[in-house]
Amino acid sequence: MRYLILIHGNQQWRDTFAAMSDTQRRVGLDAYTALTRSLEEAGELVAAAPLADPSQALRPGRGGAPDGPFAEAKEFVAGFYLIDCDGPERALEIAAQLPEASAGLVEVRPTMDLSAIDW
Amino acid sequence: MSDPAIDRAVRLHAPAVLGGLVRRYGDFAACEDAVQEALVAALDQWPREGMPQHPVGWLWTVARRRLIEQIRRDTARRAREDRVASATPDDPATTSARDDSLDLFLLCCHPALTHPAQVALTLRAVGGLTTAEIARAHLVPEATMAQRIVRAKRTIAAHGSAFPELSDDEVTERLDAVATVLYLIFTEGHVATAGDAIARVDLSAEAIRLTRLLHTARDDAEITGLLALMLLTDARRPARTTPGGDLVTLTEQDRSQWDTEMIREGVALVRHALVAGRPGPYQLQAAIAAVHAEAPDVDTTDWAQILALYDLLATVAPGPMIAVNRAVAVGEVHGPAAGLDAIAALLADRPELAGHHRVLAVRGHLHTAIGETAAAHADLIAASRATLSLPEQRYLVRRAGELAGR
Repeated sequence: MRYLILIHGNQQWRDTFAAMSDTQRRVGLDAYTALTRSLEEAGELVAAAPLADPSQALRPGRGGAPDGPFAEAKEFVAGFYLIDCDGPERALEIAAQLPEASAGLVEVRPTMDLSAIDW
Repeated sequence: MSDPAIDRAVRLHAPAVLGGLVRRYGDFAACEDAVQEALVAALDQWPREGMPQHPVGWLWTVARRRLIEQIRRDTARRAREDRVASATPDDPATTSARDDSLDLFLLCCHPALTHPAQVALTLRAVGGLTTAEIARAHLVPEATMAQRIVRAKRTIAAHGSAFPELSDDEVTERLDAVATVLYLIFTEGHVATAGDAIARVDLSAEAIRLTRLLHTARDDAEITGLLALMLLTDARRPARTTPGGDLVTLTEQDRSQWDTEMIREGVALVRHALVAGRPGPYQLQAAIAAVHAEAPDVDTTDWAQILALYDLLATVAPGPMIAVNRAVAVGEVHGPAAGLDAIAALLADRPELAGHHRVLAVRGHLHTAIGETAAAHADLIAASRATLSLPEQRYLVRRAGELAGR
């Protein structure tokens, strides 16, 4: 089953990350590398990427010209993992390994599909 | 464009070649890689050069050569190289094909593997599908699927990689796992392929083909029941979705679109399996599907018999989805109020199901039948939010909308 793991960010988390020592930051980044590698190794990773700062967001404009980025949102999407795994418990197990999980910033969204089971 | 006849031939012979190699050389992981390379080579060369006169021999020769090359490359196994190279390149068919298939099924559904891993390995080793085909069918990148298979084979190697010696009880237990995996493949195949530019393997058809193979290899009433259930369910496929992609429920389907040949075969298999007595869950689900299949229209459906079968199923394999489907039958036989009571009883027992899309959809249907429009609307909308199926979501939203107009 496919799930999109959304990693949210906010100013508080950015501040926390900025206030960390180099070593602490390294530990955080290593957690991502380790998780990505383990998902690759298990054949569960479909795609993953950190997203550029929200100030770099592009939006197709309603009037023809492109709109600017959204006004500084309190919470924004900072990155994602698209995984294919055995079910919701496994998806949560994976998501819990992200550093942001401890701050309640990780969300797991099941994807919809075209299955048609006719009851 | 692939040639269906070549695809069929390659997949048909794959398990026999793999089985023969594993029996002779052990090391399932290496043998399976070698066979996969031979399959890929065949799919590349046969369309251009024509199918060889002796396809099994061709695959055997190429696979065996690849295996020896692989063993030579692996310096840790130098000592085995001499034994392998000196073995005479004899005919692969020394054991029966049915033994090979059964042993491969049992190996691929090892309990240490996750379901996705069992599915991927079964499709490759027994189904003879390429990694690319399996990946496309599951909507994941080829690299992801390739690694899933590598990891699965590593897990199997950790438990010993030749064909396992299983006791009768272990075989029975393992066959349960095989049936689960085959049914998983079948339901994954429900994903619509409309609009796919690249030809995708029809997983439902593959599941049926593999279940037929297992059915030939092993005389077992539950496996017969599983095959019957798949045939009777797949027979309805042409009627299951609207052109716009909405779901059409069983009771609303145009039965003239049902595949009569699959129904004929499914019903015959059900009759044959039930003769054995003490029916298991697949046989009973198949019997229920057969009662639907034999009704020329929804109004002549023998709901009393369906309810009796669900009552039996509830004792053999109790579970919430059985209970929900049984509530539909209760509603048909004893009226929608009785059906609602059955749902209420289920939720009293299992309150965590209050948000389940199937429970909500059935309750919405029963509320509609009894004329409780507001409750029905609420249930159908809630169900539309809970389902993961786009066709089902569209269907539920449409039904809710129809109610609002009343």
